Amino acid sequence: MVLVYSEDKDITLELLSKGSELTESLDEELSAVLIGEDDPDQYIRHGADNVFVVKTDQETFKAEEYSDILVELMKEGEDEVLLLGADKNGQELAPRVASKLDTGCVSECTALYVENEDIITERVIYSGKALAVERFDSKPAVVTVPPKLFDPLPEDEERSGELIEKEIEVSPYPSKIVDIKEKESVGVDVESAETIVSCGRGFDNKEDIEIAQELANNFEGNAVGCSRPISADLNWLPEEHWIGLSGHKVKPRLYIAVGISGQIQHIAGIRDSDIILAINKDEDALIFESADYGIVGDLYEVLPKLIEAVKEKKT
Amino acid sequence: MEIIVCAKQIVDVSDIKIDDKTNEPILKGVDDKISDIDKNAVEEGIKIKDELGGNLTVLLVGPSEATENIKELLAMGADRAVMVPWDGSSSYDVVSKIIAGAIEKIGDHDLILCGEASLDLFSGQTGPRIAALLDLPQITYAQSLDAEDEKIVGHKDVGGKVVSIESTYPVLVTVTKEINEPRLPSLMDILGASNKPMDVWDAESLVSDDLQPGLETVEIKGVPMERKKIVFHDDLDESIEKVVEKLAKEGVLG
Ligand SMILES: Cc1cc2nc3c(=O)[nH]c(=O)nc-3n(C[C@H](O)[C@H](O)[C@H](O)COP(=O)(O)OP(=O)(O)OC[C@H]3O[C@@H](n4cnc5c(N)ncnc54)[C@H](O)[C@@H]3O)c2cc1C
Repeated sequence: MVLVYSEDKDITLELLSKGSELTESLDEELSAVLIGEDDPDQYIRHGADNVFVVKTDQETFKAEEYSDILVELMKEGEDEVLLLGADKNGQELAPRVASKLDTGCVSECTALYVENEDIITERVIYSGKALAVERFDSKPAVVTVPPKLFDPLPEDEERSGELIEKEIEVSPYPSKIVDIKEKESVGVDVESAETIVSCGRGFDNKEDIEIAQELANNFEGNAVGCSRPISADLNWLPEEHWIGLSGHKVKPRLYIAVGISGQIQHIAGIRDSDIILAINKDEDALIFESADYGIVGDLYEVLPKLIEAVKEKKT
Repeated sequence: MEIIVCAKQIVDVSDIKIDDKTNEPILKGVDDKISDIDKNAVEEGIKIKDELGGNLTVLLVGPSEATENIKELLAMGADRAVMVPWDGSSSYDVVSKIIAGAIEKIGDHDLILCGEASLDLFSGQTGPRIAALLDLPQITYAQSLDAEDEKIVGHKDVGGKVVSIESTYPVLVTVTKEINEPRLPSLMDILGASNKPMDVWDAESLVSDDLQPGLETVEIKGVPMERKKIVFHDDLDESIEKVVEKLAKEGVLG
């Protein structure tokens, strides 16, 4: 069996899409796991052959109890693959489950396929400098899949499948969630932006980020991004804007890095950009090694002129 | 409070070059270091120890030369180190079993700290795997911690929410880079570190299981980033004109 689980419904649908491809090559069944209340039929319509509907006392996701639930579901040892979402919850769940099942685990795969009946994965290592191709020698193959890597299958109203209710009791752990605070959403989605103007430490103060926004406004599907220090250390922009190894990975048509030095951890997030333009006052800045075009100059001089030039060119 | 911090020695990723001919990353001659976020874990451990009292042990499973790098963690303020030389499989399942075995041999542990992930491979598996093997609760990706004698609360960012998790001890916690700024040891601290105890344990003696890795690496391929690297540095107006021209040609001005 190939099992898919994410606490996030959208990710589950994406996992089902990849899962159905794998089940075809492996000649196996595809099962979705639903923990808690939601409509299980939607998973059938999106490719699952059946859905385990797990009833539990646990109100919200918690890695310890949820991994015990998954382990209990898989205790017969027949399962070939377990796909989980590579969001924060999935990332702490997967290795815990894999460890309990004494099996291998690959985090954040970029590709996943069957070759000579083996499960093969690819993932990015060394901050994007290399790709590791790995083969599972253990079962089940536990793999986390980043959001939006695969498109969900189109909904098929005709599909039918079995809903299997499971009552699973797990003993609670001595840890508990004591507070959940919603952060105000800023509604920025750098991951799907077509053009990104990104700000680094070269900016002198928070207000000046407005100039970057002004440049961005000349492009459709634009967003303002930033390097880690702008978000994590200075708090000038919320983490939705933060790009890099520990932030968002982006793939715009045009990425404009302004006042960013180009450390490898930042580059890790922008490798898939089509065109990179860098603006930096230091002609030896590392960023120019990772850029298609570069302008050496003070951003406070360059940006106003660039804004004018872009406007002019477009009319 | 008995605190154990797990640390990993890694290659300095920014030094890695890709071999043009074989398309493989060149690791020979690249400097090694303690993974950055593990130092945040050590720093957090020292802070908690300073506040609540206790002992801090750093634990490293890895190449035997790592003893040099461990000294830096002792200089930061760890009380002792345990080093388990291991040059076998670096598969997470194998390494986490050795680490869990070493933690059991260390004995008392209230708080086990790890970095959220190591900077070379960035998988984030080791912490949760150790917690599973020792059947402990886990708090992962902590951006701040409030430790008290009887319990600890970790706060983490989970997709637009701040989630706070409380646990009694023993517990395993992984921390992010944001949690603190690791201290730089002074020369005196560095000199003093050589007098702190470092035990070297044999990996095989720590694990009863066979250490068959669950994953085999088939291939590591370099991912060259080919960029045009056309940099304009003369007259600013001219540079801007040329860049805008280029961007228009690339079709990205629309
Ligand atoms: C575990 C870990 C994870 C990390 N994750 C990330 C991540 O996800 N994202 C990320 O971005 N970083 C990350 N980093 C940090 C990264 O290593 C760099 O420290 C960071 O990217 C530097 O940000 P910066 O380029 O804005 O600042 P700096 O390195 O300070 O660079 C500022 C640049 O601005 C230029 N400048 C200054 N003034 C001007 C001016 N007036 N006009 C034009 N140019 C000017 C300077 O020449 C310089 O090149 C991580 C680090 C670690 C250890």
